[in-house]
Amino acid sequence: MKVLVPVKRVVDYNVKVRPKADGSDADLANLKMSINPFCEIAVEEAVRLKEKGMASEIVAVSVGQEQSQEQLRTALALGADRAILVSTDVVVEPLAVAKCLQKLCAREEPDLVLLGKQAIDGDNNQTGQMLGALTGYGQATFASDLLIQNSEATVVREVDGGLQTLSLSLPAIVTADLRLNEPRYASLPNIMKAKRKPLETVTPEELGVNVALRTNLIGVKLPPDRQAGIIVEDSRQLVDKLKNEAKVI
Amino acid sequence: MSILIVAEHDNVSLNAATLNAVTAALEIGGDIDMLVAGKDSTSVAEQAAEVANIGKILHANDQAYEFGLAENLALLVAEQSAEYSHILATATTSAKNFMPRVAALLDLQAISDIIAVVSDDTFERPIYAGSMIATVKSNDPKKIITVRGTAFDAAATSGGSAQIIPISSAHDAQKSRFIGEEVAESDRPELTAAGTVVSGGRALGSEENFSMIYKLADTLGAAVGASRAAVDAGYAPNDMQVGQTGKIVAPDLYVAVGISGAIQHLAGMKDSKVIVAINKDEEAPIFSVADYGLVADLFTALPEIEAEL
Repeated sequence: MKVLVPVKRVVDYNVKVRPKADGSDADLANLKMSINPFCEIAVEEAVRLKEKGMASEIVAVSVGQEQSQEQLRTALALGADRAILVSTDVVVEPLAVAKCLQKLCAREEPDLVLLGKQAIDGDNNQTGQMLGALTGYGQATFASDLLIQNSEATVVREVDGGLQTLSLSLPAIVTADLRLNEPRYASLPNIMKAKRKPLETVTPEELGVNVALRTNLIGVKLPPDRQAGIIVEDSRQLVDKLKNEAKVI
Repeated sequence: MSILIVAEHDNVSLNAATLNAVTAALEIGGDIDMLVAGKDSTSVAEQAAEVANIGKILHANDQAYEFGLAENLALLVAEQSAEYSHILATATTSAKNFMPRVAALLDLQAISDIIAVVSDDTFERPIYAGSMIATVKSNDPKKIITVRGTAFDAAATSGGSAQIIPISSAHDAQKSRFIGEEVAESDRPELTAAGTVVSGGRALGSEENFSMIYKLADTLGAAVGASRAAVDAGYAPNDMQVGQTGKIVAPDLYVAVGISGAIQHLAGMKDSKVIVAINKDEEAPIFSVADYGLVADLFTALPEIEAEL
């Protein structure tokens, strides 16, 4: 079974991002970049499938700038076998990413595409679902458990009311939620080994994909500031304030 | 302009979340229709017809739609989209699941989780876990939009008299099968719709101690939430998680007990009207967003508060 794992380069989740001075976009200059945490969970899940003898090959893919090679090397260090960078200097929207991935699915014919449920920069939560539409594959988003058996994927999904279990025929799309697993740390020997694993670069044009933007970013601003309130003396004063000042109880 | 809202429901009743999308649609302006796709879902269509300002209800009643499988729903919505300029749904896990699939079927870039309508093609949406707000203009011929429920008031559930129009098309893609679900049964209010929410964090220390949160919630008639740390530690089930990757809530009163206030958690509750923080660490970031902070050990404070109430 071949597993395709798309990963995205994003600002590290520990870094606080602010708008540029002119408010045109988020200011990413000189910030630490990492693999998107949900993508990392997807990579880990693929590696576990391989360790269980269910996956034979893991192909990591990223659509983005040249520097996304770093995140592909991270995926390789975690256990992916080879990587493909769809290299582009322009900002790519989820639909364009999904179109690039569709072309790679046609070429690579994976049995399973494992993605993160969303990237922590744009918070769009779209790419996996869009890839489902373009490939015609079934989808199970927000996965907290995945079992592959007899060419079927059984997926437990985190939904608003609790948990839902779906069964999908392969090939299928699964997007990872937080509780699917806890990713390992790459070991130093594996980081060194990853440098020698194959990394191919293609462009959207070579894949025949038009990545022109469908939306304009008009601007980026901080949300309205929430003023810190007061520190109350004790429980009695707290209840009094809630009853008589805020009038919420 | 004409707008189609995809209703959320459980085949029995219309989910209140749908009403927030109606308000967003009214702000965009134009005729509003609603699509109800389900199985044995006539009662839902009837409730939808009573919602004010809805022109007609498109009712697709077929087994293929019983569990809201994304592949089937997306085909139906895409098929019904022809005469609409906008397709809206409230950003529940269900809508997040099928709406991007609809968008890609129609070669459109969807706009997720809008919190404000600037014009019929320009919207505000949170990015980076709500630490910034982006204003985005869509140049696509049709807009596929999910709406953050807490950012728009609920529309009135009565006063409408929409015509119900049955749709016969049944799309069964047979790509996925529903196996089962575990739905948390509770007499407490639904987390995302509750007027008061009491949330517990890691400081509770155990699943047993977390019952103190349920007790206070029941005294206040509140829903129960939890921080990611509390959920990961197994003190509370994951459908209670409030935060960027869990539920987004904006109640009149939010009580954070033993929660430090990671960005991830603040993203899910900082639009609450009144925030109370109870934490023994006076440096905890939660105090920077709290209207009322109580620096105290929760194991002492909660019984005291109960006694005062």
